[in-house]
Amino acid sequence: MRFAVIQFPGSNCDQDCVHALQVLGQEARLVWHQETKIDPEEGVILPGGFSYGDYLRCGAIARFSPIMPAVKAAAERGQVVVGICNGFQILCEAGLLPGALTRNEGLHFRCEKAYLRVETPASPFTSHYVTGETLTIPIAHGEGCYRASPEILQELEAQQRVLFRYCNAEGQVVPEANPNGSSHNIAGICNAQRNVLGMMPHPERCCEVEMGGTDGRGILLGAAGIGRKI
Amino acid sequence: MKMKAIVTVTLKPSILDPQGEAVAHALQNMGVKGVQSVRIGKHIELEIEGGDEKALRAKLEEISKELLSNPVMENFHLDLRAGG
Repeated sequence: MRFAVIQFPGSNCDQDCVHALQVLGQEARLVWHQETKIDPEEGVILPGGFSYGDYLRCGAIARFSPIMPAVKAAAERGQVVVGICNGFQILCEAGLLPGALTRNEGLHFRCEKAYLRVETPASPFTSHYVTGETLTIPIAHGEGCYRASPEILQELEAQQRVLFRYCNAEGQVVPEANPNGSSHNIAGICNAQRNVLGMMPHPERCCEVEMGGTDGRGILLGAAGIGRKI
Repeated sequence: MKMKAIVTVTLKPSILDPQGEAVAHALQNMGVKGVQSVRIGKHIELEIEGGDEKALRAKLEEISKELLSNPVMENFHLDLRAGG
């Protein structure tokens, strides 16, 4: 499958995403934010980084980029859209996912490996995993504290739209394992149609043994519509 | 006529403000007593062509909701005054 990896001024994980997708046998093309077209067969990746220097709020300005109407249209058509880190922030600002990402509770920029508990295999992005599986995926963010109204949190839980939660090495979702103070230890969510994923951890950084892990492969392969090999 | 709009954006009371808390701690370390809490927000000044004040206010409200603040986590206060 081919992916459009959107480059905003200040994106810095765009090349990593292209590389990871190619390693996984997928096609990827870089799409500058001033372009306006996304093909109806493509997947879309909004990569990590600091679009527009994080001015005003993370993702607030990228949301008005010329490419964003095409990203919205792709999401509405059911194409997969994956926002990683800054991409997650942009998806929330653009209203493609609910809630917002605010300053990490402990104020520190957290750059480390995080343990994630897979909450459900019921999405393209988690189809390679089983409920309760623990993944090790790097995080690198200063504003990853997920916040939403109690009603939205309830809706996300009821619809099983929380796909990943921060957990400890044993897979337990506990406050100590939460690196940024996110409500309900949320690390990644999807939309109601389950084709749009937003997550703070970086699956593209762990798709090769040489990079220290391969736990991110299933997320990107799943996004590409490739099922789990049994 | 030139008008000046001052938009103050603050985190909603229900949202934890770790920056404010860090400043509150620093004040304690400075020896300042009696500060109950510190909340940090943004002060945004816009110079804007005036005209019908009601229409202008509506426009500024829209700008504040759409871009200057994120209604999920922030409130805003609008102050419109004459002069640049």
